Amino acid sequence: MSLVQVLFYVMSFIALASALFVAATKNLVRSIFMFFITLFALAGLYVLALADFVAITQIVIYVGGILVLILFAFMLSGKETLNIITQQRKQFISLKKLPAILLAVAFLIVLINVIFKADIDHLAWIKKSIAQKNEITPDAAMTENIGVNLMTSYLLPFEAISVLLMVALIGAAHLSRKGKGQ
Amino acid sequence: MISLTDFLVVSAVLFCIGLYMIVSKHNAIQILIGIELILNAAILNFVAFGKYDRFNNGGQMFALFAIVLAAATTAVALAIILNVYKQYKTIDPGEIDRLKD
Repeated sequence: MSLVQVLFYVMSFIALASALFVAATKNLVRSIFMFFITLFALAGLYVLALADFVAITQIVIYVGGILVLILFAFMLSGKETLNIITQQRKQFISLKKLPAILLAVAFLIVLINVIFKADIDHLAWIKKSIAQKNEITPDAAMTENIGVNLMTSYLLPFEAISVLLMVALIGAAHLSRKGKGQ
Repeated sequence: MISLTDFLVVSAVLFCIGLYMIVSKHNAIQILIGIELILNAAILNFVAFGKYDRFNNGGQMFALFAIVLAAATTAVALAIILNVYKQYKTIDPGEIDRLKD
């Protein structure tokens, strides 16, 4: 077993365990901070999939932006959210959660079955791309290629998403302004 | 090397954890975290398949777009959550059952 494989298993274990903790814990603050660890482990998994630029973007945008926004919303929405959580602290697994667990497990079984039936590693286009040397190798520097592609073949989606981001920011500022009538 | 199936299994488990959070939680912020988990599972799939596209970078590019879209979604969703809290003094989706009149 090579070092890369060991790192992959460690990273995926950290990601899945912290995601399970996020889902299982009753303490909202702790679940938000464990979500940090899930995102960092996922960035590590992106690096192992040879997408270093996406990993850095994940850390900058998710950890720097989205999590701070979530923390803001939690701090601003007051004590009542904490009261709801403390009322439910009776059993480890309450009976009300059982349908959700059943749904998630059934979906997981279906997904795993599909993944193993599809035999992803021997798809035709993947074999073709390996044969044509179209596969990213660990010593390739991909960031320059991404920048060139972003400004040539993906220019239209890039512009569309910049307009959409501006619309979303203006909309968020409009929604969260102080209304005069209230 | 790591095979594609490993990545897909990890992302399937992440997806199911996110699904469980969306269905079972009584707090809008935790439901939002569940949605983020599902988005991350999708991005992991994009990145894993993007390894076999060296010249066009299709997978990595759409992973970047998905990350930016997730940021926009979260900003709007949090503004909505704050407004709902102002109106109802709770963010439990089960109790938000009245229109504004």
